[in-house]
Amino acid sequence: MSPEDFETAAQFLKERSGLVLTRDKTYLLENRLMPVVRELQLRSVSDLIAVVRGGAPELQTAMVDAMMAKDTGFFGDWKPFVHLRTVVLPNIRVSRGMKARFRILSAGVSTGQEAHSIAMTIRDVSSSFPGWQIEVVGIDISASAIAAASEGVYSQFDVQRGLPIRTLLQYFAKQDDNWVISDNVRSMVKFQPWNLLSNLYPLGRFDAIFCRNVLTYFDLKTKLEVLQKLARLLVDDGVLYLGINETISGVTSNFRAVDPAVGIYASHRADRPASMSLAVKVDL
Amino acid sequence: MKRCLIVDDSRVIRRVASKIIQDLGFDVDEAENGRKALNAMTIRMPDLILVDWDMPVMDGIEFAQSMRKLPGGNKIVVIFCTTENDVPHIKQALDAGADEYIMKPFDSEIVRSKLVLLGMLG
Repeated sequence: MSPEDFETAAQFLKERSGLVLTRDKTYLLENRLMPVVRELQLRSVSDLIAVVRGGAPELQTAMVDAMMAKDTGFFGDWKPFVHLRTVVLPNIRVSRGMKARFRILSAGVSTGQEAHSIAMTIRDVSSSFPGWQIEVVGIDISASAIAAASEGVYSQFDVQRGLPIRTLLQYFAKQDDNWVISDNVRSMVKFQPWNLLSNLYPLGRFDAIFCRNVLTYFDLKTKLEVLQKLARLLVDDGVLYLGINETISGVTSNFRAVDPAVGIYASHRADRPASMSLAVKVDL
Repeated sequence: MKRCLIVDDSRVIRRVASKIIQDLGFDVDEAENGRKALNAMTIRMPDLILVDWDMPVMDGIEFAQSMRKLPGGNKIVVIFCTTENDVPHIKQALDAGADEYIMKPFDSEIVRSKLVLLGMLG
């Protein structure tokens, strides 16, 4: 791939998705785009970039989808979900008792594993929320990933990554060689294609936001913009979950660290009494 | 260092699994069926067992039920690793004492993920 082709692709991806690619990531660009090249029966990545440069909205979307595809598992690292179950949900039950409703956002949800993991976590304690209106919203820039997430059908390989076997039996049904998420989990989750760089206000406000291993795609300026948008979506005593080792210290004053080692932050507007503290150490 | 006993009648599977488990920081012993695995446990008790279902002499279910009755057998983490991937088989393995279940074919990421879930890896 020529330096010109790389620059064209990098600039297009930055504008469209916020993804930042430096020249040392040429191999990543080529690896991710080769399946698209083969599917379109083109000769090379350079040919694909030439077609995308000339317009072709469908191919532009395919290129963004291929680059932003996130390698994702179900619960993966357990700690955010332990915190959600043992700290946040009990707090919500007390503090939102009058409204009897809450919403959780999974940003960069890819093919839905994180949103479904959130819904399974809530479903495990659903007896604490009788009659509550609960909504998990999963968004991703990739329309094809969102379509797959909405289907809720996962391969044998997918369901073995981060999902305990008893949870698999509880919330999935086997269908031929695949596993299908149960209706009582599926009905809690709404998936929508959405670009984090666009206006997020129409999504409404959330009591907790999962945005794990997404900011890592962005440069500092874009990261700050996205964090400011997420801060406005989060209710005053809301919680933000980032990836392990994904620090935002020094990047924004919109959030304060609760347990930065596992990526847990709180809205900086929060002024809660000590009894509502989120600063509970998460041990497995 | 923690020790894993891999029980499978396929030498290829034992070799692949051993490499994965060793790379995750375990010492590894191998046995080709349940009977030989029980014998191996009289010499050295593992922390983790990866066991196939269908084996000659003694299969995985009989082995799991037997090893759970050994002194200290309840403390060992047992993962079935098998091509039997339908719900009734999984339930039968859990009833026999399995802690987790890996459906073949598997890779290192699946093994690592299961060991994280079981608290055996950070």
